[in-house]
Amino acid sequence: MIRFENVSKTYEGQHRAALKDVDVEIEKGEFVFLVGASGSGKSTFMRLILREYRPTTGRIYVAGKDINKLPGWKIPGLRRQIGTVFQDFRLLPGKTVSENVGFALQVIGKKNSEIRKAVPETLELVGLANKGDRLPEELSGGEQQRVAIARAFVNRPQILIADEPTGNLDPATSVGIMKLLDRINRADTTVVMATHDSTIVDQMRKRVIELVDGDVVRDQSKGVYGYQ
Amino acid sequence: MRHTFSETWSGIRRNGSMTIAVIVTMWVSLTLFGAGLMVNQQVNLMKADWYDKIEVRVFLCNATTPGDNCDAGQEVTQEQKAQIEQTLRSNPEVAEVTYQSKEQAFAEFRAAYANTPTADYLTVDQMQESYSVRLKNPEEYQGVVSSVQGLKGVQNVQDLRGILDGLFEWMNLAQWGTIIAAALLLLAAALQIANTIRMAAFARRREIGIMRMVGASNWYILAPFLLETLFAAVISIVLTCVTLAAGHYFLIVQKAQVLIQGSPWIGWSHVGIAMLGVAVVGVLLSIIPTLIATRRYLRV
Repeated sequence: MIRFENVSKTYEGQHRAALKDVDVEIEKGEFVFLVGASGSGKSTFMRLILREYRPTTGRIYVAGKDINKLPGWKIPGLRRQIGTVFQDFRLLPGKTVSENVGFALQVIGKKNSEIRKAVPETLELVGLANKGDRLPEELSGGEQQRVAIARAFVNRPQILIADEPTGNLDPATSVGIMKLLDRINRADTTVVMATHDSTIVDQMRKRVIELVDGDVVRDQSKGVYGYQ
Repeated sequence: MRHTFSETWSGIRRNGSMTIAVIVTMWVSLTLFGAGLMVNQQVNLMKADWYDKIEVRVFLCNATTPGDNCDAGQEVTQEQKAQIEQTLRSNPEVAEVTYQSKEQAFAEFRAAYANTPTADYLTVDQMQESYSVRLKNPEEYQGVVSSVQGLKGVQNVQDLRGILDGLFEWMNLAQWGTIIAAALLLLAAALQIANTIRMAAFARRREIGIMRMVGASNWYILAPFLLETLFAAVISIVLTCVTLAAGHYFLIVQKAQVLIQGSPWIGWSHVGIAMLGVAVVGVLLSIIPTLIATRRYLRV
């Protein structure tokens, strides 16, 4: 589903590479944790998948396509196949929960009838069936992150990328979010999640890719956060 | 599509005062630009008309009129005449050369001064033979004038274009002044539009970020901004066209045409050309700064 072939990335004006010669393959339907300290290259890894940047060297394949070769006007098409969730939720404050989720479909030109069907289904999936008319600021952090996940998943992408999705949440709420991501993963969605949260990684027992200063130092199936 | 229009409308409302400022700036600058186009056409019309009416006239020596290339008291000789005519006819700028004899000049003179004492005062012999020269391009007269001016037997070359040149120089200045002022104002309008759009895009950066993240097309993201400036542009263009039409009607149709009938004046078709120019520049003026101002937010 996602393949990095000898990928290096050095940002302009910097000497140190953010990623060094990364060679990783993520299969369809896998759940992968990306762990490592701040600045270890986790975010760069994710941004490269979204083609927010091009790698300095190497190739990246997403859903079988070499995304380096993607012309600019096809990048929106790539991103429609990838749902994205962030630590800070990034919801639109003036819009209701339903509108926030529907927005993702609306702006890619889906019909209203489709939106009216897909939004309640997805809200149901994330456990917010009765909160469609609320505003994000009326919800708890965990609920807001569920809205963000609903928005990322409403178009049924093949890949879900989550950058520290539990970073702003307390442990109990984080568990709920992880259960939700696990459910989405079981629906055959590839999930790549960057995190600092060792408890979660240790509990889930999924594949772990650890980055240190841009190097992949560990790639372990059913791994834990750190060596013990 | 509905989202696009509602975003456009809310953008216009949110930036109401900025939109008005943009419209006023564009209106004034486009009006100046349109006026420049009209003045330009007026100058060209006058040039064509006046230059066409006035010929270069080469007067030949006679016994009574002194001139630098005349031998005192001597008529122009046949050889001199032949050479002058040959020089004129071989010049590629010359379209037509007409000879006028003393008798013809006398008849013309009598007609012009009929019923005045002068009419009886002069005789045929005091008249001068001349060549009237019509040019292919009326503005290219200087070469012809200088080619015959120094020839033996030429008493004088009469050329009213020299006088017109001063007038047209002044009109050219006015024309360029208008165009430069219009260009500066158009630049100011473009910068103002770019700033307005930059502010509008900044205000909507969250939405834009999400739209890019979920894969909205660039066109979809750009459309509200483009429509917003196009809305301002269309209003300014309409206001400008009304202003130009009013200017033409009140200044030219009602005043100038009545006061100065001898001169050609631009008509509605010329105003139409100016309006077309205004419309093209107005639309470009709104689209280009918008594309530049939003580029940062659309970079993938």
